[in-house]
Amino acid sequence: MQNAKKWGSDVDQPVKQPNLAIELKGLTKTFGEVIANKDIDLTLKHGEILALLGENGSGKTTLMNMLSGLYRPDSGEIYVGGRLVDIRSPHDAIALGIGMIHQHFKLVDVLSVRDNIVLGTKSGGKSRAQLTAEIVEISERFGLSVEPDRKIYSLSVGEKQTVEILKVLYRGARILILDEPTAVLTPQETERLFEILRKMKQQGCAVIIITHKLNEVLSISDRVTILRKGHTIETVQTAQATMRSLTEAMVGQSVDLSIHRPEIEDAGRILDVHHLTVLNEENVKALNDVSFELHGGEILGVAGVAGSGQKELCEAIAGLQTVAGGAILHNDINLVGLTPRQIIKRGISMSFIPEDRLGMGLVGSMGMVDNLLLKEYQNQPGIFVDRKPPRKLAKELIERLSIVTPDVMTPVKQLSGGNVQKVLLGREIASNPRILITAYPVRGLDINSSMTIYRLINEQKAKGVGVLFIGEDLDVLIELCDRIMVLCGGKVTGIVNAKEATKEMLGLMMTGSSREEALSHAR
Amino acid sequence: MNEALSYVSSFIYAAVLAGTPLLFGTLGEIITEKAGNLNLGVEGMMYMGAIMGFYAGYVTGSVALSLIAALAAGALGALIYAFLTVTLKANQNVTGLTLTIFGGGFANFIGENLILNSPTKSAVLSDAMKANLKSINIPLLSDIPYIGRMFFQHNIFVYLGIVLAIAAGWYLHHTRKGLNLRAVGENPGAADAAGINVTLYKYVHILAGGGLCGLGGAYIALITCAGTWTYNCVNGQGWIAVALVIFASWSPYKAILGSLVFGALSILRLYIPLNIPTALFSMLPFLVTAVVLVVSSVRMSKEKAQPKGCGVNYFREER
Amino acid sequence: MHAKANHQPLVRVVKRVGIPRARAIVYRILAVVLALVTGGIFLWALGQNPFTVYATMAQGAVGTTIALKETVKIAIPLCITSLGITLAFKMRFWNIGAEGQICLGAIAASYFALFHSDWPQPVLLTAMAVAGILAGGLWGVIPAVFKARFGTNETLLTLMLNYVASYIIQFLREGPWKDPGAMGFPKIAMFDKAARMPTVLGVHAGWIIALVLVALVFIYLKFTKQGYELSVVGENENTARYAGMDVRKIIVRTMFLSAAICGLAGMLQASGADKTLTDTVAGGVGFTAITVAWLSQLNPFAILLVSFLFGCLEKGSGTIQSLLNISPSAAEVLQGVILFFVLGSEFFIGFRVIWRKGGAVNE
Repeated sequence: MQNAKKWGSDVDQPVKQPNLAIELKGLTKTFGEVIANKDIDLTLKHGEILALLGENGSGKTTLMNMLSGLYRPDSGEIYVGGRLVDIRSPHDAIALGIGMIHQHFKLVDVLSVRDNIVLGTKSGGKSRAQLTAEIVEISERFGLSVEPDRKIYSLSVGEKQTVEILKVLYRGARILILDEPTAVLTPQETERLFEILRKMKQQGCAVIIITHKLNEVLSISDRVTILRKGHTIETVQTAQATMRSLTEAMVGQSVDLSIHRPEIEDAGRILDVHHLTVLNEENVKALNDVSFELHGGEILGVAGVAGSGQKELCEAIAGLQTVAGGAILHNDINLVGLTPRQIIKRGISMSFIPEDRLGMGLVGSMGMVDNLLLKEYQNQPGIFVDRKPPRKLAKELIERLSIVTPDVMTPVKQLSGGNVQKVLLGREIASNPRILITAYPVRGLDINSSMTIYRLINEQKAKGVGVLFIGEDLDVLIELCDRIMVLCGGKVTGIVNAKEATKEMLGLMMTGSSREEALSHAR
Repeated sequence: MNEALSYVSSFIYAAVLAGTPLLFGTLGEIITEKAGNLNLGVEGMMYMGAIMGFYAGYVTGSVALSLIAALAAGALGALIYAFLTVTLKANQNVTGLTLTIFGGGFANFIGENLILNSPTKSAVLSDAMKANLKSINIPLLSDIPYIGRMFFQHNIFVYLGIVLAIAAGWYLHHTRKGLNLRAVGENPGAADAAGINVTLYKYVHILAGGGLCGLGGAYIALITCAGTWTYNCVNGQGWIAVALVIFASWSPYKAILGSLVFGALSILRLYIPLNIPTALFSMLPFLVTAVVLVVSSVRMSKEKAQPKGCGVNYFREER
Repeated sequence: MHAKANHQPLVRVVKRVGIPRARAIVYRILAVVLALVTGGIFLWALGQNPFTVYATMAQGAVGTTIALKETVKIAIPLCITSLGITLAFKMRFWNIGAEGQICLGAIAASYFALFHSDWPQPVLLTAMAVAGILAGGLWGVIPAVFKARFGTNETLLTLMLNYVASYIIQFLREGPWKDPGAMGFPKIAMFDKAARMPTVLGVHAGWIIALVLVALVFIYLKFTKQGYELSVVGENENTARYAGMDVRKIIVRTMFLSAAICGLAGMLQASGADKTLTDTVAGGVGFTAITVAWLSQLNPFAILLVSFLFGCLEKGSGTIQSLLNISPSAAEVLQGVILFFVLGSEFFIGFRVIWRKGGAVNE
């Protein structure tokens, strides 16, 4: 294990404020034309948890990637332990005792937990058993648990995060950066993570936690630094902050964060899923005997930790997934076994907004026109495509959803996340669906864009559309949806009325408790 | 009985000889792919190794210099590829193909100029050098009946190839650098975040892989073609080597077996006393490779698959 | 690493959002010029005067009407094959098998040329063309089916099929189709007059077909549903499935068309240029065409131009062999170098390189 005192080896540099773990002065980073960070100042003390708060796209991750050595700043100064440093690569950051736990885990799937943890360190001629012992020792010290011989691909998301944390601790990091660590966790797992962070703080570590969730900021941090559009807005003591003051600082205006849930008359059952079972590539049940109904004029939320079968559920309904058993009925037509094309041909009007918009749903290198063409070209007569209707639709959508794009032919991957989502949602809504399936529709979007998306979804609900809403933020699910179905390991653990649901209860159900157990436990 | 045994032993002996250049090429490509780069330029690098190995031997008469030149030429080809794909992020498929076109042209160009400028209108190595390339009998082992003939009476390349294959297998799975390399090939982002110098690892291993291919090419020029420069001498063996990587499921050990099998296929004609047209025999290794490609794609496994980073260039500041 | 207060690295690389088209073209032309300079240095190192060599090549390629006709003759299969490859490449299907598809097209066409030479010329030539198109196309369908069904690596599979195809010709030449009149020498008989492509303006009529195909492929890619579908599949297979496209069908169909065009090139080569079937009927065209297609950025009109230039290169290389005693493989070397440079230049189109300005930049 590397010694924590590694940093500070340079003697000829002026030492300023040695009690500060990190000080950033005037850090600037641009990507092409986009300014990600501009003149950022930030300080971090030992034994402190600092929350870095900001909307999606405010430059939090970019800033931290400069500390972890993945990006290099265009200008500005970084002091670690009071010394001016130049972090050229993750290797330098590690040597300075800085460890980052990335939002998208940086793990090698086919390697074991142990191999991932020791990756890139000097072996020192240690045997496998010795390495395992070291890993176990560290995990016990911080109350973590892992099995060093398991392969990464067989782990759950929570377990993968544990490996990431251990990786950082194994390198002797005393400065930890966590990028949106709770996004994939249940409320209970989040609480456990916070316990670990507090333990680290007691042991003198300095921790930065990147988040956009206000309640987490208030519960875990000592101070909070707020970023907006790449600038530092302010740094405040958490004790003196309120939800309201943080929101205003983060968004720059006073915003109403409450999500409406209009009462709409039930338009009857439009989707009836019976005992649906789907196998994944390894022939493991990704969906196990899933049954539910979706009604017109309602939003049915789906909660669950990442990888509980949400993707398979959406894709099975959309005809993109081979189904092993069960039925998906719409007006007495069984959708199982039909391809997306056949579903359209049967006159079933269904729209699906997949989670990775540019990975499925849109073609990143094509412009709005060609992307809108996707939905309708098959209905055009003849062998040629007619780009006039999609061009007209593109102009309409730009107007109606205030999409920002240089031109209707500009490749959509060059647009911001919010605009990409508006193109996709706009196209799907334009086809007047009866069923709307959305998977994490606000992922990566800023607050205003998110609010627009919620509004659009509610509009659809008001028109009598049945909406299946796969979400990750439990607060949003509880506020927006009418009912919430909880998935755990491909099984439905229960369907609850959103008005009666609590986060704790959903959290318990997400880890396998039944609705009744969760209810009694939550009480 | 004895006759049959000696027939088989000389068949295996010939198969080992024919399989050795494939072994070098396959090993080179395995190491390259483990670094996350698919280099379709194996054929080209083998050509470059073949001509430079041949040229060095032709001028100096030294086997050692010939090997060094072949190694360097293969690595030079790999350097062009590495610079274009790793540093300049060019498309790996097209760069590799171009290297194949370039390498073939380069070798034939120099080779033909040697021939055009030689008084006898042919380029042949000196007899002394050819004598130095003769087989080395390993003491004791080579005296074992039949087995000795099959495996212990070969030229230096054969032993070198097997030693290198075993060393590569050991390196990949039992050293820290091998672990780092596998991480680079599977997930360069993760390797980078873990403090591994991705660019350096890629360069080193792509070049090492190219050097190995160069040696394979030298083998063809010096041994297979018996020291006479032959137009288009590599003739697809580099491509078979690329396919053998899949056959060997990225394991250097299995590469030994794979190259032996394909070596056997390529000399089958001389050992099967049936009256089948030679063209069909010559087609056989390619046809079998095609079948192997299809079969191995039908049964895919998660861990014995191509490193996931293959074919995609890594750019750290990708957003 | 803790060294100086200067945080700005010496060189930074930043992804570009877009670059004016004219600038991108300038970069590529610059790359070709640099490649020719590099080739010149290589020639100079070999003791040749690069200017003389290039001048001789140019003279040999376009200096006389006869030379020009020869150059066009070389450019025809190159252009047609590149157009075929373009369809597959647009779908990100790495069809390296044009060589084999050319061979198969030539074989099928030769069957009619050799055994139905009594048919009237228009009928015979049509039959040959149809046979070439079908045989080439089906040869390309083999890897496409495996790719679509099992994800088989198409690069290697198409490549292996090249060798198989070339050995089929060798087999025919040495056995079933051996010319009895060649006194034991293994070759296939010359085609009858009726099976030979007529010449127009001194070159076989393949050039007209090439020109027509340029327009057809352009229209197909840009304006038809099928062309749209194949680009969606190439860019993003998941989105294609999402939109209800039958991805497998599109892969197989596109590869059939791609290979069919290559097959037609094979028929034209046998009937128009060689007037017989040899195992060198493809003669590396399938590989050179990949270079041409890539250099042309898969644009049919650019392909027309680039294949003519490559025709010049190839014809010129032949001339320097006879006049300057330099191996004709120089053409391949130069091709390789040109493509290396153009591949390298793509970097400067996709990325911006920023050098540190003198001294520390601190705002």
